[in-house]
Parts: sequence; C-alpha cells; structure tokens
Amino acid sequence: MSKVKKESRTSGRMLVGTVFIYILLITLAVLSVLPFLVMLVNATRSTPEIQQQALSLVPSSHLITNIKILLGGVFDPVIGFMNSMTISVGSTILGIYFSCLTAYGLVAYDWKLRDGFFAFILCILMIPSTISIIGFYQFVWKLGWTNNLLPLILPSIASPTIVFFMRQYLVATLSMEIVEAARIDGSGEFATFNRIILPIMKPAIATQAIFVFVSSWNNLFLPLVLLTKKELFTMPIMVSLLRGDIYRTELGTVYLGITMTVLPLFVVYFALSKYIIAGVALGGVKE
Amino acid sequence: MKKTKKQYARYGYLFSIPFVVSFLTFNLYPLLYTVVISFTDLKGVAATEFHFLPNLFQNYIDAFNNPSFVTSLKNTVFIWGINFIPQIVLALSLAVWFTNKRMKIKGVGIFKVLFYMPNIITAASIAILFSAFFEAPIGPMNDLLMRLGLSSKTVYFFRDALTSQGIVAFIQFWMWYGVTMIVLIAGINGISPTIFEAAAIDGANGIQTFFMVTFPSLRPILLYTLVTSFVGGMQMFDIPRLLVQRSGPDNATLTTSVYIYNQAFSGSYMFNRAAAASMILFFIIAVCSAILFYIMRDQDAAALKKIQKARAKNEKQARRSGA
Repeated sequence: MSKVKKESRTSGRMLVGTVFIYILLITLAVLSVLPFLVMLVNATRSTPEIQQQALSLVPSSHLITNIKILLGGVFDPVIGFMNSMTISVGSTILGIYFSCLTAYGLVAYDWKLRDGFFAFILCILMIPSTISIIGFYQFVWKLGWTNNLLPLILPSIASPTIVFFMRQYLVATLSMEIVEAARIDGSGEFATFNRIILPIMKPAIATQAIFVFVSSWNNLFLPLVLLTKKELFTMPIMVSLLRGDIYRTELGTVYLGITMTVLPLFVVYFALSKYIIAGVALGGVKE
Repeated sequence: MKKTKKQYARYGYLFSIPFVVSFLTFNLYPLLYTVVISFTDLKGVAATEFHFLPNLFQNYIDAFNNPSFVTSLKNTVFIWGINFIPQIVLALSLAVWFTNKRMKIKGVGIFKVLFYMPNIITAASIAILFSAFFEAPIGPMNDLLMRLGLSSKTVYFFRDALTSQGIVAFIQFWMWYGVTMIVLIAGINGISPTIFEAAAIDGANGIQTFFMVTFPSLRPILLYTLVTSFVGGMQMFDIPRLLVQRSGPDNATLTTSVYIYNQAFSGSYMFNRAAAASMILFFIIAVCSAILFYIMRDQDAAALKKIQKARAKNEKQARRSGA
C-alpha cells in the first residue's frame, strides 16, 4: 500500500518535471525560430508600418518596394553571393582535397617523421587564427594580394582539423589490401589516391565539406581586413553595410537585406541538417 | 620487382608537402611576422618598413598602459564567461534529458535541428538582425516589452553598458548551446550502457546517476568543450563589432579582437600596437588552454593506466587458466 503511494508520488513529481522540460524545450524552439520569422515578416513591411508596430507576424505587401530600395544602395546581393561562392567553393575543394592527401600520407605509409608530424598537426589544431592577422595582412600587402580572393582561399590547403578528421576516418576504414592490389595492377601511388582512396572517403568528405563551406561563407574578419573594393565584397561584408548608407532610415529594407544573406544558409541547413548534426557529434567525440 | 615498405615511405613525405608548404607560408610565417612587428615601430598607411624599438617591449608596455586595451581584455573574458556558464548548464541538462531512456522525450530530432540552427547562420547577419531588434525608441523588443506590460517607457538597450554586454553574451549563448548540447549527447551515448545499468540496479536515482556516472565519464569532453569555447570566445569579433556602434557606452562591448582590428585597420594603422595586443591575447589563450589541457591529459593518462592494469590482469588470468 505504502509502496503504491510512493510510486504514484514519484510519478507525480516526474510528471511535473516532464511538463517543465517540455515548456523549456518549446520556449527554446520558439527562441530559435521567432527571430527569423520576425525578420521574414518585416522584410515585407514598409518603414511606417514597422514604426507603428515593430513586432508583427502578419506579412505586408511592400516586398517589391523594399527590394527596389535595397538594390538602390551599396548592398549588392549578386556580387556578394558570387564572391562568397568563389571563396567558399575554392576553400572547400582545396581544403578537402589536400587534407585527404595529407591524411592518406599519414595512414598508408610508414615514414620516420609520421608520428611527429601527426603530433605537430594536433598541436597546431588549436592555434587561434585571428592573432596572426597583422603579419598576414603585411605579408599579403607585400605580395600585392589585398583586394584579391586568393589569400582567402589558398590558406585552406593546410587545414589541421580536416586532416585530423580524415585521418581518423581512414584509420577506421582503409584496408591496405586494396592499395596492394592497385600496386600489382601497376597503378602509381598518386593515381591510387585519386582513383581509389578518394571515392572510399566520400562519406567523410561530404560531412567535412559542409562545415568548411559554411565556415568559409560566414567568415567576416579576414575578408573585412583584406578587401576594400566593393566588387570583391562577400555576403558578411554586404550585411555589415546595412548599418549605414541609405539604410539608416529604411527599416524594412534592412530586414530584407539580412534575409537575403540568411536564406541560402537556410536552404543548405534544411536540406542537410541530418548530416550536419551527425557531423557535429562526430567532431566532438575525438576518441 | 616488388618495392619494399621503405621505398614507399617517401610518398608519406611527398603527400604532406602541400600541407606543410601552405602552413609555413600562410600560418607560421604570418605568426612570426606578427611577433617581429610587435617589437617595431611599424605604423601608417601602406607602411612596410620598420625599425626595432630601442626598448623592444615598448609596445607591450603601451598596451598595458592603454585603458581601452585592458578594458577589452576584461570585456572579452566577462562576456565569454556570462555566455559559457548558462550555456554549459543548459546544454548538459538538455543532453541528459534527451539521452534519458526513462523520460522518452518526444521530438528530440526536431529539437536538435532547431537548437543547432542559429549556429549555421552568418554571425554578421545575426548581429545586424539583433541590432534591429533592440533598436530604440522603436524596435521589436521595445514593442514586445510594452505589449507584455513589462515596461511602460522606451528602453534604450545600448545606452547601458551591462545590458549591451548581456545582449552580446546572450547572442553567443543562443548561437552555441545547440552545438555544445549535440557534442555532449554524443559523449553520453559513448558511455558504456552497462555502467548505467549497474547504477540502476544499485538503486541510484537520476541525480545520483548524473553525479556518479554521467559527469565523471563526461569530464574529458566537458574540458574539450571548455577549451574550444574559451579559444573561440577570446577571439569574439563579428557580434561585438556589428551589434553596437562604436562598441557601446564606455567601450562595454569592445573585445580584444575588435580592439586589434580598430588599432590596425580602421583609420590609425598602428600595426605594431595591434601586433603586441595580438601576442598578449595569444599568450593568455595559450597559458589558459595549457592549464586546461594539463588537467585533461592527467585524467586520460590515469584512465589509460587503469585499463592497461586491468588488461594485464586479464591476460595473467587467461594464461593461468590456459596452463
């Protein structure tokens, strides 16, 4: 009898706890969605409408007017998109390809400095990137490469995080028998890597490619330092321009500009969220 | 003729060359260059020539005598701290609830997708968006406060130092708790289920299980999260640079990265001072990370020793039973 009572009391407490947890979860979910919802709605509203009632969930009919105002200023979504695309695609291809190559070198061959080199990669993994910005800027300036997209793309050839991830993947999946078989067939080592190893690594490449692409796309610091010509501005620089110019008094237009920089990422995220979340989980458990 | 293992070894070196060359050119050289510049008089538009200062550490001394630099260091640590503590508490709670089989929370997949979402969006866009939200006198946040009856007059959010810092910290928290949560969920899923079963058999309740099983097993991952968050937080730039103009009242949202950027790239071209500030920041990050890593390594090594001991014992027993 007393046991039943105790059980019902604990289940009662569990119920209160569970209700509390669901309320918290739903609040957090709303907190994730609401800012972007307000952004989308306000992108369709005129400045007087927003001034009258800044928070609304009912779209209005001023989208076209806002687009016209937006494009009349310095904000150029097409140029921003193209430049961000060039940098992100370039960084992703170089970063992934050379990281796979380095990882393969670390796993497939037995060389004297191998362990030392791997330890070195682990060490440089954590070096903060912003602290060498002054030297990087001076170096790029001397090369005459400011206002050039190359210094934003080429450094990704050395991406210690991707090498680390690719190595872990290869250690788990690569069987040297395939490599031996290719050797017997007369395939050179480099050809073996390109034709046999890269296809094996496809799942790992897919996950890492998303992260390299997105982090390159979202980068503000380095492009802001190196690029001063408007034709080379990236999306994050474009969005930072919404603080000034003609946009100071055009509230709806600002929301529209932000929307334009955010939409491509939403498309990517909702298409690939499963892989992205699996990738984050993998990256965290580095054992 | 079959090549020996040794003959293939050169490919190991060969395939690492692009990485090494790129690292030396775009990472190590700029880093050393920054170190050198921090001891010189390099300043001015398009300046590349420099001379070493008579007192090599003058830029460092100047940095510490500069109130804005000291403020920026304090701000960076403070903003990171008030974002990280609630972040880790919330992420850990969510991770424990989501992995608890007795609770059977519904829609975990959707919650994960939604909680992670802010992290993938460009931080610059989020900064501009929130700056519009907290706009005064007319902005969505003021509108919300008025309509909920929480405030009867306009709140000028960015005129108050602590509020400005709080908003920056909130955005950082909001962008990162989802990531931390997913990492911790993976960590909890990596703990052997037999330990949880054993705890359940011993009659441990939820709180006891958390403190006796989950938390100790998660220690390495928690420290990893702490270190990565710290290293990232010390370099915080996009949000504090774009959220409030001119870094808010009393430089409240001036972080060290923003300070470095301002010194070198927004008008004054004081490359030498910016370089010295960078090196001080680097030193702080390196020392703090090293301390945290030391704690982490100690734990791992201890765990490894235990495993090796157990294995040796098992082998001994196996040999004995075999004989």
